[in-house]
Amino acid sequence: MAKQTAIEQDGVIIEALSNAMFRVELENGHVITAHISGKMRMHYIKILPGDKVKVEMSPYDLSKGRISFRYK
Amino acid sequence: MIFLKTDEEIELLRLSNLIVSKTLAEVAKIIKPGVSTAELDKVAEEFIRDNGAVPGFLGYGGFPKSICTSVNEQVVHGIPSEKVYLKDGDIISVDCGAYINGFHGDSAYTFTVGEVKKEILDLLQTTKESLYLGIEQAVEGKRIGDIGNAIQNHCESRGYSVVREMIGHGVGRDLHESPEVPNYGRKGNGIMLKNGMTIAIEPMINMGKRQLIFEKDGWTTRTADRKPSAHFEHSVAVRKGKADILSTFEHIEKVLGI
Repeated sequence: MAKQTAIEQDGVIIEALSNAMFRVELENGHVITAHISGKMRMHYIKILPGDKVKVEMSPYDLSKGRISFRYK
Repeated sequence: MIFLKTDEEIELLRLSNLIVSKTLAEVAKIIKPGVSTAELDKVAEEFIRDNGAVPGFLGYGGFPKSICTSVNEQVVHGIPSEKVYLKDGDIISVDCGAYINGFHGDSAYTFTVGEVKKEILDLLQTTKESLYLGIEQAVEGKRIGDIGNAIQNHCESRGYSVVREMIGHGVGRDLHESPEVPNYGRKGNGIMLKNGMTIAIEPMINMGKRQLIFEKDGWTTRTADRKPSAHFEHSVAVRKGKADILSTFEHIEKVLGI
């Protein structure tokens, strides 16, 4: 049976770090560091602790991610 | 946490996988046009229980049946049903698991039903070849990315695409263990393989685009463009020099006469 990998997940920002990096708590409880996607930076989409975001990940590195969407 | 298995544990895993391989051979015997996928499930469950094992998939994460039957554009995790009948020209991926002596076996094979188009046969052939290319890389000292890279290169050079959402996995006391084994990647990426790791390598290759759609039943996945998808799976123990394939297609191929 194939395993379903988490390549797109929702999470909540818990801390803003330097260089547009954020600490994000995923729905499954894991805490990862994630950076904003370039497209979001281009459009000056601001992110604050407490915001719900969508995070893209790779199965090769489960400690990092890319924030691709901020929910309203 | 990745568990390294001792030689005795690997032998127990081989036994679980032998039951799985034989079950797939039993299923292969009755695959023909007009059979419903629920009948395949029944045969598989009976055979697994007759051998003193328990179907590994039954109840795993709430999965309702003992095998996954994915017809044509369904990629994996199709639920067997009385309403789905096999037709001439279909392909069906049967994924099976058995639990005995505390260890899970896991293997899958894509069968053809009746006369199948040449282009679909090519897809199956390529997927099977890529599985063995991936297994070649599963030796001590290589990395997870080497396996994925071998599979991805082989399939994409033929114009097929590799599914990203579904991946291989470690197998042992649990059906899904660490590490995750994607079917794509770069050489030298990912964790280092060690002697005694047991992983399930399972390329899922689509004829069209790689995008998937999750059906409403919560399990079945199909290709977004409704083109066929192939799926082969072996459980493998990582060894020095050469990978040790725990499951076997020998029994299936004997039935199919390949």
